[in-house]
Amino acid sequence: MTDPILSVRNLNVTYLSSRATLNAVRNVSFDIGREKVAIVGESGSGKSTVGRAVVRLLTPSAKITADRMDFEGKNLLSLSERKMQDVRGRRISMILQDPKYSLNPVVTVGEQVTEAYRVHNKVPHKEAKERALAQLASVQIRDPAHVYDLYPHEVSGGMGQRIMIAMMLIPEPSLIIADEPTSALDVTVKLQVLAILDDLVRDRGIGLMFISHDLNLVQSFCDRVLIMYAGQVVEELRGDELGDAKHDYTKGLLASLPRIGDRRGRLSVLDRKDSWSMPVEKRP
Amino acid sequence: MSMIDVRKLSLDLGEGVRRRQILNDISLSVEAGDSFGLVGESGSGKSTVLRCIAGLYRHWTGEISIDGQTFASADRMGWCRKVQMVFQDPYGSLHPKHKIDTILSEPLRIHGFKDIDRRVSQILTQVGLGPRFRYRFPHQLSGGQRQRVAIARALILEPKILLLDEPTSALDVSIQAEILNLFSDLREQLDLTYLLVSHDLAVIDHMCSNLAVMRSGSVVESLSREQMVHGGATERYTNTLLRASEKYDRELVDELAAAS
Repeated sequence: MTDPILSVRNLNVTYLSSRATLNAVRNVSFDIGREKVAIVGESGSGKSTVGRAVVRLLTPSAKITADRMDFEGKNLLSLSERKMQDVRGRRISMILQDPKYSLNPVVTVGEQVTEAYRVHNKVPHKEAKERALAQLASVQIRDPAHVYDLYPHEVSGGMGQRIMIAMMLIPEPSLIIADEPTSALDVTVKLQVLAILDDLVRDRGIGLMFISHDLNLVQSFCDRVLIMYAGQVVEELRGDELGDAKHDYTKGLLASLPRIGDRRGRLSVLDRKDSWSMPVEKRP
Repeated sequence: MSMIDVRKLSLDLGEGVRRRQILNDISLSVEAGDSFGLVGESGSGKSTVLRCIAGLYRHWTGEISIDGQTFASADRMGWCRKVQMVFQDPYGSLHPKHKIDTILSEPLRIHGFKDIDRRVSQILTQVGLGPRFRYRFPHQLSGGQRQRVAIARALILEPKILLLDEPTSALDVSIQAEILNLFSDLREQLDLTYLLVSHDLAVIDHMCSNLAVMRSGSVVESLSREQMVHGGATERYTNTLLRASEKYDRELVDELAAAS
């Protein structure tokens, strides 16, 4: 691994309410360099919470603590809200699952990209528009001038996701947090969007945190995989070594997947063990 | 005799200049006790075929018959008793303010069944939930439990056919395995026939013996599960879907880019 862009040690996220305390994330540690790192787990495992904790976008009732959460040499937990705002969007970008909900429905997609450009660069509208068109072309949109004038409801899911990626690439971030970016997309479109992210990591040296529930996909797409269960990382593996997983939970998840050409009478189901939720060791 | 027989099914939606053909000459037939898969990308019309068979659209042309009876000659109530549907999203398909008891007994009341109490508790056991779930609200249940309620609701009228529209795509893989196993068990116990729509070829492969690949409202290719698995697919589109489903394949992306 190259020098880490993001280094996290013993991240904890706790939701406090008058009735109960919920430890959503417990002692999660990882580094992300110029590579694709997956965080996988089932719903409720805390994988999305980790992504949001890194950019400190959690509700005020969430308490975030960590021994270390360093990004490009800055401790993210000690930054003022103002400084943090500079990091969000400018240095760390997020892509969410469904572009339908992340784009403004009453503004053309091109104007939204232009607006994003002008937030980060003080240039006249005309120049920003040219940059926006170039940006759309860079994410493999074939006819940017036509797409520019479309409204979000007029573009397909794959196109919408490319527009989101074009928008968040403008400030040239060094880390992308992608939370289920392809789950709403068809298989062939999914591959095309992944290829764009793949190129960004390779050509621009960006780090990618890829939050997903799709084991099959991260196995072939990501360099490293963290498997989360009940708020903890229970196992960390290289993507291509996922098949050699040691932890019963990882093995159970892999076994429950139907696979093409692999006919079994019944799919194996998870036999959840209490020991999987026991506290894991802290990392120095 | 086939349990589901669809001949030259076509459907238009929209008015005036916005009128579009959604289905174009779809034909398929499913033997009794079989599972048939419909696979395709979004917008291919696979769910629309199910909606036509369920009677949710009525202005299609062509012919649909189940169990030897055509749609035109059947009475609506009788048709519903034979064909029931399970939808993708168990969060959207259950009435949030109705208890499970109400959700399950309403169809029975509509269709004039007598021993409602016994049937409701029996079906809850059959889908692996048990009677203690009877007086709960949907929000008190997990996604997998809700989908079991949706399956119970579909089964409570003792249909012969279940139309399954992406029944596990909103669920985690471990829960998906449980629900797919439940479908297999129920099919055997109750002699059901399934028509399963999914974008996930692995799910189709696991559940179905025959399938049709759809694209833009037409059937591109119909084939058996063995043909699909052992390289017997002849259409390029089918093979693209197969390759894309297996893993992240950079070469395929380049091929797709070159082809378009």
